[in-house]
Parts: sequence; structure tokens; C-alpha cells
Amino acid sequence: MQRHLISAADLTRDDAVLILDTAEEMARVADRPIKKLPTLRGRTVVNLFFEDSTRTRISFEAAEKRLSADVINFTAKGSSVSKGESLKDTAQTLEAMGVDAVVIRHGASGAPYRLATSGWIDAHVINAGDGTHQHPTQALLDAFTMRRRLVGRDAGLGKDLDGRRVTLVGDILHSRVARSNVDLLHTLGAEVTLVAPPTLLPVGVETWPCDVSYDLDSTLTKSDAVMLLRVQRERMNAAFFPTEREYSRRYGLDGDRMAKMPDHAIVMHPGPMVRGMEITAEVADSDRCTAVEQVTNGVSIRMAVLYLLLGGNEPAVTHARTTEEK
Amino acid sequence: MSKTLIRGAKVLGGEPQDVLIDGGTVAEVGTGLSAEGAEVVEAGGKVLLPGLVDLHTHLREPGREDSETVLTGTRAAASGGYTNVFAMANTFPVADTAGVVEQVWRLGQESGYCDVQPIGAVTVGLEGSKLAELGAMHESAAGVTVFSDDGKCVHDAVIMRRALEYVKAFGGVVAQHAQEPRLTEGAQMNEGVVSAELGLGGWPAVAEESIIARDVLLAEHVGSRVHICHLSTAGSVEIVRWAKSRGIDVTAEVTPHHLLLTDELVRSYNPVYKVNPPLRTERDVLALREALADGTIDIVATDHAPHPHEDKDCEWAAAAMGMVGLETALSVVQETMVDTGLLDWAGVADRMSFKPAQIGQATGHGRPVSAGEPANLTLVDTAYRGQVDPAGFASRSRNTPYEGRELPGRVTHTWLRGKATLVDGKLT
Ligand SMILES: [Zn+2]
Repeated sequence: MQRHLISAADLTRDDAVLILDTAEEMARVADRPIKKLPTLRGRTVVNLFFEDSTRTRISFEAAEKRLSADVINFTAKGSSVSKGESLKDTAQTLEAMGVDAVVIRHGASGAPYRLATSGWIDAHVINAGDGTHQHPTQALLDAFTMRRRLVGRDAGLGKDLDGRRVTLVGDILHSRVARSNVDLLHTLGAEVTLVAPPTLLPVGVETWPCDVSYDLDSTLTKSDAVMLLRVQRERMNAAFFPTEREYSRRYGLDGDRMAKMPDHAIVMHPGPMVRGMEITAEVADSDRCTAVEQVTNGVSIRMAVLYLLLGGNEPAVTHARTTEEK
Repeated sequence: MSKTLIRGAKVLGGEPQDVLIDGGTVAEVGTGLSAEGAEVVEAGGKVLLPGLVDLHTHLREPGREDSETVLTGTRAAASGGYTNVFAMANTFPVADTAGVVEQVWRLGQESGYCDVQPIGAVTVGLEGSKLAELGAMHESAAGVTVFSDDGKCVHDAVIMRRALEYVKAFGGVVAQHAQEPRLTEGAQMNEGVVSAELGLGGWPAVAEESIIARDVLLAEHVGSRVHICHLSTAGSVEIVRWAKSRGIDVTAEVTPHHLLLTDELVRSYNPVYKVNPPLRTERDVLALREALADGTIDIVATDHAPHPHEDKDCEWAAAAMGMVGLETALSVVQETMVDTGLLDWAGVADRMSFKPAQIGQATGHGRPVSAGEPANLTLVDTAYRGQVDPAGFASRSRNTPYEGRELPGRVTHTWLRGKATLVDGKLT
């Protein structure tokens, strides 16, 4: 493992499988009456959020607290990044406070990379989403969810997603979730297809390790997992597509479309789900939809990442059991 | 006034000769010239060029003296071998009146390191909607001949047409920063494979090419002269080549950094590479080099864009665009054009002195190195190789992408009308 987690592309297959396996161990902690490990006792983790995301922050916070870390929440929302001083100044303040890890969410692509490589700070940096670039823990929790559902909770240990077919539908252009997932799923051996109108696919996507299609229906029948990405209504005004109705008709997942998927196939959504444009209530509420599990799995994945970056090199399983037996 | 004998210099890269400067002019060029009464500079095989002329420099004064002043900028220019620079109009206040251009011109006169010719804004406040007083700026003491809203594109086709027509009255030229504003909203780097991966807003080549295509057609239609600033794409080259073959009066420039660097470097997210227009691909770089060699692109211009440290020491999105260039331009041109065999030193003199002086009508600059001509000269140690150290820059800013990079060539001497401004690499 590297010192920081900035991009899903930085993870090797073995790194990724180790994180997924460690997350299974962490998930067991959640099943206990006392959901806490002493692993990060005495370590300080800062959640540095320049962009609002209550869901992601709470997920990281839960993970940090279950590992007994001291947690500082720093919400810089509203502070001006136009002069660019806030990130550096904030970083140096945190450095002075002796912080061990920084979980950063930022509206600007590359901000976590800058934080990790600029020499402003010594702490471990974990990217909790930057601009339209990366959101690696989201990709990890998605892969974790797929492995559990498609391979099995115990059967999946040590395994990757070799040969599984995953379809991502929606606003690929502006999606850090899509970028992270393409990188990670490819590393894990899955075959990825991106589906979107041409306006919502980035120029240069042809070099990504995945297939691209403008047609949802033809990809559904051969998908093991279909992941829907949120399409913001503002995109309509910027002429990325003509109307909400047209988008919905061509790229939305409803019951009829879901019926075309293989029986074992799952529907995924990174949340928050806005029922209507990209997903109907019928699909969102079906037991094939893993949106709620994804949230639960997010905590296990973030515990695993924090543990592996800060705790040590050994699999958590050994550490967790030893502490438990004491 | 004193005499200087430059002994054994390869004039424009030719056979070693002696060049005698007497007062402000070149008195004699030949072999075995007498050194009597002259200070002797042993050139020892260094290349002697006419003083370089930069048609595209940002001196930042008035308004952003924390980045650069006319004095620090002209000192940087002299360090880089320049004897004349054209100062872009995007200052605070904007150089859109006779008063502001005269102020910049006077500061240049006072600096003594390099002649400064102000560029006047095309439109009031660079806002693109109302023509600035082009005639008054031309008639002022500054004698403005080049007009540009650089930093911004004159995107309204009617305003661009009128500007092109209007400057015909006094032989001026409009220098266009070609950037279709709607196609570059939120753009942060070249649109392509790297932007897709990095999640940075894409700046498509067509945003530059479509404006160039429109402007050469407008220039043809009204029978005027247009100059295209900092070409950055292979497609732009094709359009200029086509326009020239059609007889349209268009000239074009390329920056040293667009001849050397590609968008792959943005993977570092280091804002030192953030520049307008953005760094493009290897294919574009090769097309630009070829076009500069075959004359499709007329000149090299630095787009010297100084910024204080804090405007670059931040995340990519928040960083200012631009890099300094005056002090490294010749080295980069040697690396990309001379050492690759694309251009000889006479070609460099043409692209960095003769032609830019012609386009900007800088009389007294860009002249041959021969008897009777103004002694605006620069001496280059082309055998030198060394790492770029921005700590030694004369510019007030240090935003160079070349820190620590090994580049060839070093300007050792510069003379402005016979007076040395740079001696053995040190400013006088
Ligand atoms: Zn420009």
C-alpha cells in the first residue's frame, strides 16, 4: 500500500483485494454488541470537507470512531478557494496540530493530490472525492458490494471480480464515481461498459479500459451489475440533453428494463437517489437494488482503508482477533 | 561614446568574425579588426544575433507590480537577450487609452534595459464590446501599432471586423488571442485523454481553431492584417497555412513552451503547467515545430506571464494561468529547433528578431548585423548546458516550468544601442 489513497488507479489488484478482505473483517465488528476496535487509539484523523457531503463525512466519521481514532471535523464550506490560500493554509494549520491523517473532500480535481505531494503536510491523505476526478473509497465499496452479491461473502475472500460485467449509466463526464470505478473494476478483472448520451461522455474516453455504448437496452441483458449515476437537472439547461423526459426514456432504469437483466444481476446507485429521472421507485425499492447495503459497506471499506494506511501492514484480521481475545 | 570589439563571434551562426561597435551603431564587421581604443569581448565561437524582439510580453505595470514591473520585466528581457518587448494591454487599468500606453512607454524609456512598445487594447476594458481609442493610442508618444485584448478573445465577429478595418488607416495590426469563450467555459487544460482522466475541464482545440478560421476570413474580407497569438494546435497550423496559401495577410506566433511541453505534464497537477492556451499533445508540439521551421508560423513570442508565488502555490483550479518566459526562451528554442536540426541560427534570428520587429513595426530593431545598423545585439554561448535556476531570474516572478531542467544555451551579453545591458550573464 502507498502512503496515501488519492486515486483508484493507484491500487494494484493485491492492494484492492487486501482492502476488500480487510473490510469483510471490519464488517464483523459491526455485528458485535460493542462496535469498536482500539486500532487507531491516540491517532488523530481530520475530515476536511471543502464541499458539502454529509453522507460521505458521516461514513468516514463512523469508520474513524469504530477504530477509536480522535476525530476532528473541519467543514470549510463557504470559505473562498478563489485565492487558493485556504487549502494550503488549512493544511499547515492541521500539520501544526500534529494530525495523522486527512480525509479530504474538495470541489477541485487534483486538490488531494496537491495536498499529498506539495510538501505542505506530512499526514496520510485519503481522497473523499475531488471535483470530477476520483472517489476511490466509493469505488472500493462498490466493488465490495459486487463481490458480496455476485461471488459471496465468504466465498469472495481473496477473490477479485474476474469476468463480471458491470454497466455504468448516466453522467460519466462529470462523475468521479465513474472514473474511480472504471479504474478499480478493470484492476479487479471486471468488464466495464459505460452507457450515456455522447454529450455526457468525456472526449478521450476511448482510451479508458472499458467499452462505451449509447444504448442502454442492448447492454442490460449481459450485465451482472448496473450502476446508475445521478444526472443533475442543471445539465439539461447546459444542453447536455434535450429534456428530462427524453433522458428518462433513453437512459432511465424502470421495471421493464430491469426485467431484461439476468436474474442474478443487481442494480447499484451511489446515492443519494433522486427517484424519477434515472431510477423509478419500483427499481429503487426492489431487493435487487443495493443502494442501502452500499451505505453500510462504505463504513467497512473506510475502516479497512484507514486501518491499512495508518495501522500497519498486517491484515486486520490478525490484529482484530488478538485484541478481541484479550 | 565608447567602442566595443566583439572578437570571433559567429554572426548568425556563420564563420567567426569581429564586430566593432562604435557608439550606438555597428561600425564594422569583418576579420582581424583593430581593437584600438575599444573594450574587447572575446566571443570565442559564441553566436551573435540581432537583439531579440518579443511581440508578446506581460509586464504587469500598472496594477500588478507584485508580479512584475516595467523595470524588472525589462531586466529579465535583457537577461534573455531581448532589446525590445511589446507590453500586453491587460494591466490595471487596462492600456486602452493614450494616457496608459504613454505611461508604460515612458517607464520603458526610463528603464534603460530594453525598449518597450506598449500594445493597446482593442476594446474598452478588454470587455469586447466597444472599440478603444485605437487612433489616439497610435498618435500618442507611445506610437502604438499593435492592438490586442490578449488574455481575452475579441469574440464578437462584428467588433473584430471593425477593429481590423479601423487599424488599416494607420497600418496597425490586431493580435488575436483565439479562444471561443463558450467552448472554453470551465476549461482548465487541453481537452483529450489526459483531461478525461484527471477530471479537469477540457479546453478543446476547436475553440482556438474556429476563431482563427473566422478571423483569417474576416481579414481577407476587409483586406486587413491579422496576427494570431500563441498558436497551440496542429489544426491552427493547418488553418494559417491555408490562409497564407490563399494570400491572406496573416502572421502567427508560437511560445517556447508550446514547442516543448505537453499536457502529459498536467498529471502532476502542478499549476506551474497551467497556461493559456493550454499545453497540448505531442502531435501538436511536433506540428508547431515544423510550422515554425517552414515559416507557416512567423515568430516565437514568449507570452511571459509573471505571477507571484502564492498565485501558483495552490490547487490547480484556483491557480493563475501563465508562466515566465523571457529568460529561458532562447534556450528552449535551441533545444527544440536548433539542436533538432529544424532551424539554424539565421532562422532563429529571423523568427525571434527580424520578423517580430517587422510585424510590430519596431524600427531600429530586428536589423541585420552590419555596418551602420543600430547596435542591438545579443551573444549566445550555444555550447553551454545547465540546469535552470529560477533563483537567478531578474524577473520579479519565478513561475517557470523549467526549474531544475537541463537546457542548452546561455545569453552572455546583450547590447542596447551599443550599451551593454548584460555582461558575462550579469545585468549591468
Ligand atoms: Zn493570450
